[in-house]
Amino acid sequence: MAQHTTRFGSLQHYEKGGVEVINDDARNYVFSNMFEVASKSKPYEKVAVGKNIEYVIEAIRAEGTSGWRAPAQDEFALVMDGEVEIRLLKLDNPGLVPAGTRGSVGLAGTPAGRKMGVVRARRGHMTLLPVGAAYQFHAARPGVVLLQTLGGPDTIERWAQICQTTPQPTA
Amino acid sequence: MSTGTDVLPEIGSIEPNRHGYRTFVLGSFSFSRDDYFAHVTWPKGRHLLPVDAFLRALQRDIAWGFFYGTVNFDTVIGTVNHYGSVDLFAGRFNEHYRKAGRDHVERFKTPMIQRVFEAILDDWTNATFDPFASPEETGTAFGPKNGSNKEAITRHRVTAKRMVNAPGDEPLRTDENGFPVNRHFRDVPQDRPQVIAEPGFEDDVVAFNLFAYLSRSDVTWNPSVVSVCKASLYCPTTEEYILPIIHGNDRVEWFVQLSDEIHWDVEDRETGAMRARVTMKPGDVAAMPADIRHRGFAPKRSMLLVWENASPELPQLYASGKMPPAPVKF
Repeated sequence: MAQHTTRFGSLQHYEKGGVEVINDDARNYVFSNMFEVASKSKPYEKVAVGKNIEYVIEAIRAEGTSGWRAPAQDEFALVMDGEVEIRLLKLDNPGLVPAGTRGSVGLAGTPAGRKMGVVRARRGHMTLLPVGAAYQFHAARPGVVLLQTLGGPDTIERWAQICQTTPQPTA
Repeated sequence: MSTGTDVLPEIGSIEPNRHGYRTFVLGSFSFSRDDYFAHVTWPKGRHLLPVDAFLRALQRDIAWGFFYGTVNFDTVIGTVNHYGSVDLFAGRFNEHYRKAGRDHVERFKTPMIQRVFEAILDDWTNATFDPFASPEETGTAFGPKNGSNKEAITRHRVTAKRMVNAPGDEPLRTDENGFPVNRHFRDVPQDRPQVIAEPGFEDDVVAFNLFAYLSRSDVTWNPSVVSVCKASLYCPTTEEYILPIIHGNDRVEWFVQLSDEIHWDVEDRETGAMRARVTMKPGDVAAMPADIRHRGFAPKRSMLLVWENASPELPQLYASGKMPPAPVKF
């Protein structure tokens, strides 16, 4: 029986595909690679790599310790590379997330609240970031998190820098 | 377009044909099969599809509840979901059929077309064939009637309410509950995240290994909801061989390639004219615009994250032109 090898990407090793235009504009496909994006990002920048009206998916370079954030709805963190510790805290004051907030808000310092627990997640692991909680990421070495959320005030959109704009993929 | 009828039809002929299969009628469409082909007729034409391809497409259409937008079984036959009713068409999205006036569309209440499609799938799927499996993992669909495979065609559809492995939600896949690791994913780590919950927060501190979960999927080209962020749905799936349908979008959807490689042919939704080829490798992210149709080719079983926006108002917004077909302008 043939031995099959599953290929994943990483910050250290990724290979992009691309769009071969026949009769279209490559920009319609908003084509990027999350590892390339994260390789050029600052730690914990929330760079949108997908946008569907109010919803986004963000490629986040996990490196060192992030600030605390509080989501306005459930979010989901999928580790795509590395190992990330996710610390959760139940907010004493849910009002830290103003009504009508989309996505999440950054919090100053460590918010008051009860420790909920910790998840140590590696490649392929998905963690619930529940509404009503605050979360903090920590990664001893650079990694990548793909975050399912809504576009918020800290979401960074730099499509022209991250996406293919030419009719054929560039080498 | 005919408005069709809401009267429930007889579900297939009582007597099977000489190949052992029943014939089905839906409005003015009829469906029959022989050893090799599904035969579809309508008032202005007839069409043959290889029966294995037909059953694979039919299985997805049923399992997905007619999905988002158009499910082209091939370049002639398919369905359009209106979320409560469904168009069954022949040649509707084929430029040449349209020009020749040979296209035909009828609309049916969803429960009615679903009932007929399920009856066809049940009667025409032999014991040797699993329409959800990759070709290497199943036997033949061809030949005279040879039993049935109810277990394969009525699999549970995974639709997490919050996230897989959250309390009360969809369970993990394990050897014990009938989901061994697939032959193409034996090298995928099966480790679990380390979860340390403080007392009282056991139900709130939740994580799981999505890649291990996908490595145990027993179906191909079948998106399942694993996490829900309001109307934003993560619908990952494992892909091998060819997407059995050509999906015509009624909204933007996004693909995130989690492992391995998929090649997509992208065509104009209305005419089928080629627009682009998209090759996706691990970590690649791409949008499928709202005015295209696409078909994927996966040389090795791969993990694909399909990301959907399930907001019910979207089809009308795109159809009316209030939303541009591409998700981002830059």
